[in-house]
Amino acid sequence: MRELSLNILDIAQNSISAGATLIEITVDENTQADRLTVCIADNGRGMTPEQVRTVTDPFYTTRTTRRVGMGIPLLCMAAEQSGGSLDIKSRFGQGTTVTATFVHSHIDRPPLGDIKATVTALIRMNPQLDFCFIHTFDGRSFTFDTRQLRVILGDLPPDTPEVAEWIGGYLDEQEKILSGVLIPDEND
Amino acid sequence: MKTLAELQAIRDKAREKMTIREDNSEATRVIVGMATCGIAAGARPVLNAFVDEVSKRKLGNVVVTQTGCIGMCQFEPIVEVLEPGKEKVTYAKMTPEKVARIVVDHLVNGNPVMEYTIGSLLK
Repeated sequence: MRELSLNILDIAQNSISAGATLIEITVDENTQADRLTVCIADNGRGMTPEQVRTVTDPFYTTRTTRRVGMGIPLLCMAAEQSGGSLDIKSRFGQGTTVTATFVHSHIDRPPLGDIKATVTALIRMNPQLDFCFIHTFDGRSFTFDTRQLRVILGDLPPDTPEVAEWIGGYLDEQEKILSGVLIPDEND
Repeated sequence: MKTLAELQAIRDKAREKMTIREDNSEATRVIVGMATCGIAAGARPVLNAFVDEVSKRKLGNVVVTQTGCIGMCQFEPIVEVLEPGKEKVTYAKMTPEKVARIVVDHLVNGNPVMEYTIGSLLK
C-alpha cells in the first residue's frame, strides 16, 4: 500500500463485510507529540478473542476463496516499521476497533495520501451505511458525518450524483483548510 | 465554499428528478474488485473514475458497485461489466485513463474494448 488512506479503505471493507451499519474513521495528527493515529471503529459482528489473536497472521482469514488475508498484516507492518504499533479491540457481536499509531516524522511512515478519495469511495459504494470521519491536525479538526447529512437529505441517498459531487468538494475544502492551504471564507 | 444551504438546494432539485430514476433490475452493472489486492493495485482511482464518468454522462441505467477478491490478484485492478442478457466482460490491469474509453465504447455504444480485456492480456 502506497498510502495510509488505502489501508484505511481496506480495513473499512472488513467492517462492511462484518455487517457494520456505522463506521467511524479518525485520523489524529499531532506533530508536537510526533504521533499519527488512525482508528477505524465499527459496530459489526466483532471477533472472538481467538480471532483477534490470529488476525495479524497473514495466513489467517475467514474467507473460503483463498487461505491468506493481508489487510490487517499490511497495516500492522506499516505501523511497526515506522515506530508505531497496531491495536485491535473487538467484542463478539458488538464491533471492532482497529487503531494504528505511527511516529509522525518517521522516514518509513507512509503518507496519509488521498483520504478524501477513500471517504468518497466508501460513501458512494455503501449509501445505506453511515460513515463518520474526523480528521484532527494539531488540535484543529473537522468532522464529516453522513448521519448529519441525512438530516438535510431526508430519503435522498448520499450516492445521488449531485450529492456525491458536493461531498467530494466539501471534503476537499475541509482538508485544504486543515492543512492551511485554504483560508476559510468568514462570510460562510 | 461548499455550504449546507447548497446541499439543500441540491436535494430539492434532485427530488424532482427522483421519480424518473430507472429501475435497477435492467441496469448494467460495473463491478470493481475492492479487496486488499485490488486496492493495493490501484482500484480506488478506477472506481472513482467510473462513478465520475457515469454521473457526468448521466447514464441512469448503469450501477457502479464493488466486490471482493475473485482470485486473480495478479490482474488487479479488475473490473467486470455485466449487461443484462449479454456475456460478462472482464477488464484487467485497469487504470483511470482506460475508464473513459470503456464508458464511451462499451457502456454507451455497446462495444466492449477488447484490448483491455483479460482475454487479450493472456495472449
